[in-house]
Amino acid sequence: MDLTRCQGYGQCAFMAPDVFTMHGQEALMYDPDPEAAQRERVLQAAAACPVQAIHIDRMATQHRTREPELSYATSHGDDAFKRDGHIVIVGASLAGGRAAGVLRRDGFKGRLTLIGDELYEPYDRPPLSKQVLTGTITVEHTALPHLREIEVEFLSGTPATGLDLAAKQVRLADGRQIDFDKVLIATGVRARPWPNEQEAALDGVHVLRTLDDAHRIRERLAAGVRRVLIIGAGFTGSEVASVCRDLDLDVTVVEAGPAPLAGALGKVIGEVAARMQRDAGVDLRCGIKVEALDGDADGRVRGARLSDGSTVEADLVVVALGAVRNIEWLAGSGLAAGPWGVATDAGCRAVDINGLVTDDVFVAGDVARFPHPVYHYQFMALEHWGNAVAQAEIAAHNMLSDQAHRWPHLSLPVFWSNQFGVNIKSVGVPTIADELVIAQGSVEERRFVAVYGYRGRITAAVTFDQAMWLDFYRDLIQRAAPFPPDFQMVGRPDELLAVPAEGPPRLTPAEGATVVVTGHDPAERRVTLVRHQ
Amino acid sequence: MEPARIYDQIHEFDNRADPYTLYAELRQTPVVRLDDGAYVVNTYEHIVALLHDPRVSSDSRNLAHPPATEQLPPSFIRVDPPEHDRLRGLTMRHFGPPHSPLVVESMRGELHELVKDLIDGIAGRNQADIVDDVAYPFPVTVICRLLGVPREDESRFHVWADEIVETLGPGEGSVEERTRRRQSAGLALAGYLGELAQSRRENPRHDLLSGLVTYHGPEGSMSETEVMTTAVLLLIAGHETTVNLITNGMLTLLRNPGMLERLREEPDLVIGAVEELLRFEPPVHFLPQRVALDDITVADVTIPRGSSIILALASGSRDPAHVHDPDRFDPDRPYIQHLGFGGGIHNCFGAPLARLEAQIALRQLAKRLVNPRLVTDPPPYRPSSTLRGPRHLVIAYDDVLPYQGD
Repeated sequence: MDLTRCQGYGQCAFMAPDVFTMHGQEALMYDPDPEAAQRERVLQAAAACPVQAIHIDRMATQHRTREPELSYATSHGDDAFKRDGHIVIVGASLAGGRAAGVLRRDGFKGRLTLIGDELYEPYDRPPLSKQVLTGTITVEHTALPHLREIEVEFLSGTPATGLDLAAKQVRLADGRQIDFDKVLIATGVRARPWPNEQEAALDGVHVLRTLDDAHRIRERLAAGVRRVLIIGAGFTGSEVASVCRDLDLDVTVVEAGPAPLAGALGKVIGEVAARMQRDAGVDLRCGIKVEALDGDADGRVRGARLSDGSTVEADLVVVALGAVRNIEWLAGSGLAAGPWGVATDAGCRAVDINGLVTDDVFVAGDVARFPHPVYHYQFMALEHWGNAVAQAEIAAHNMLSDQAHRWPHLSLPVFWSNQFGVNIKSVGVPTIADELVIAQGSVEERRFVAVYGYRGRITAAVTFDQAMWLDFYRDLIQRAAPFPPDFQMVGRPDELLAVPAEGPPRLTPAEGATVVVTGHDPAERRVTLVRHQ
Repeated sequence: MEPARIYDQIHEFDNRADPYTLYAELRQTPVVRLDDGAYVVNTYEHIVALLHDPRVSSDSRNLAHPPATEQLPPSFIRVDPPEHDRLRGLTMRHFGPPHSPLVVESMRGELHELVKDLIDGIAGRNQADIVDDVAYPFPVTVICRLLGVPREDESRFHVWADEIVETLGPGEGSVEERTRRRQSAGLALAGYLGELAQSRRENPRHDLLSGLVTYHGPEGSMSETEVMTTAVLLLIAGHETTVNLITNGMLTLLRNPGMLERLREEPDLVIGAVEELLRFEPPVHFLPQRVALDDITVADVTIPRGSSIILALASGSRDPAHVHDPDRFDPDRPYIQHLGFGGGIHNCFGAPLARLEAQIALRQLAKRLVNPRLVTDPPPYRPSSTLRGPRHLVIAYDDVLPYQGD
């Protein structure tokens, strides 16, 4: 399922109601691996999708050409490399798996090695915080299709521990060294753990990122809990809270920021999300931090103490404090890798710490930090499903191309979240905004389009159950259209009122990166990263 | 030829059998201004953009020169949000997800049964009219059952429904005359359905009409007039479109040697075949009543605020910039995206039912008819260029095999 494309037409839910269900007007839940008996209905559902977002036994693609999957991209790359080369992909999730598929599709016949730290073949994460937690589907159903049919050497359960650019080798935790001609870094992110290790180790304290995480939380929920405490009201935390209410569980959400989703969508829209949560029965507490987690004598979590002096009793705690990029293994590699990600050019080629673009090292997915021309060439790292797929496709293409045929990664960021029966979608970058307007619909009814602007230009749009209009705003962003969008439109409020977007304090590019420049001769002049301990 | 003249020719009855070569000529000019100031948009990319453009209204009251007020208020396909969303939502509540996800699913058995009986009805002879014997009675029975309209009244509302569709335009006779006829037929049909709705209000049954009159929820309920206009819309849409999909389908399958055999051997093929039909020979060729709420620039042409916009859906679905080799019927295309059901918030309400009906009818026809062939090609067409399809489709065959399940 490519929910980046989905516009909520609901046709699949008509055709195969046991597999696809609508939660509210637009939010779609589905079983990614339905039973064989559903085959005909699933084929009917896929055919009926007006945006062709359902892929059966084939990979989702973000770059669909007129003859999708038929006309392979012309890359004009080195034929000997395409025939006999060795490509190593480090990271076996969405981006890594997708890149492997595209490399084969586009004619790479050489050796392909996929390295993953987990034991599983690539799986799809979005259902982990939704259908898997409600128990609608089991974790096994989240497997991404196709790796089986791709000729690839899959080294699972073997984290990479180092990258040697001079020797062109990847080092693995088990001591092996894998030679490569080209390498793709797709190691993604991991859940940011609860900072206090002792408290984090309490029984009943979980993060949610991997299939194993989801499985463990699901088992807890199924076994019965009295109250769930969720720390952090970003997308993951909010989705888990929504699931808890679907399961009729008491849930407290503690968020340090002013409102749920405020980090991504700003405070104004965050407050809409806050009302949504409270109406659904969530005990939401914003502007408050969890000071400590308490356990009982048996090491089971019992509750939390909050910064306002209050306490919450809970027997399940989900820590949803965002993600940490998996870059430690690149220490000493010479790449511009840090907590901000691995810097790349617009074509997914890695940049070293001197700012030089490498030839044979590529980066895709959540770990990549790339300059986006639409946003003043600002570097950004995105943790979006669609971005991982799009970058994987661009990186794979460029790995096989000569320099005249490389592609830039120019897709606008798009993401979605299903929570509390509402489908939230976003295009552009809502954090690059100083103002927003409600351009269509009604905030009270939670069916609206919010348009974000920065210095008089449209930079993003966010829809609540209004996904069908999103592409219109995407085109406005791509055309650098003026903000506010002062058109006569259907469903337009009587007055367009621009209000401050109240986004999070903006991070400067590669914040915290401090370097020392040494040398005078051009051949010697280099940058050294100052490491903060 | 001047683009506006090509557009006129498309509507001439002589070109009903093949408007596609004219569409190809028309696409040389993606946006065509007509003499009356309306704009025709005929390329895929631009039609899709306008279907999702909030500056495009479906409400003719927004025209620079709005038509005289009609006696019945517009149905939900001719209004904009939030009114559209409210009315469509109140109707969808009784037909599909999220509130009634199993309505269409639960009709599957009945759909198979109806097709089985209709094909049984043409056994024992060697010639049949696909329109009169299968493609018309099938969806009509289905929409009647769904709505709760007695099938035996069909002869009454058939005349009204045909009249409404055949005066839809554009380009068919004088506008005033067409409008007068359409309104009079509309009132008659609305009156009939209004009476029926009244009886459901008193004695509700398990049908959509009863749902419309009895539901009262937080989002409100439908007024009596709204029930009438909604019921008229659904009855006509259920009447006058799927018949063309099934008939065009049979015609296309018979024109493409080997296709019927493949359908017999590959049961899943009909799924892609119906999508390709919706692209290749769609029942609805134009969306004639959109309005620009603001100046809209499309393909370097600025459509001024208040102008009428006509979306040439059938042309867009054959746009070579969208689909490779567009004039070839190919049900094996990996992704079939078409404008057969429109798109955006007004995407065809009954699409799931139409798809299933066409899939079931065409699969059964392929499986049961022995050596079917066209008697006349092209067949005679109905007048409308907007809801385009054959008046009759006479086929000959050697035998009809007994029904053997699906």
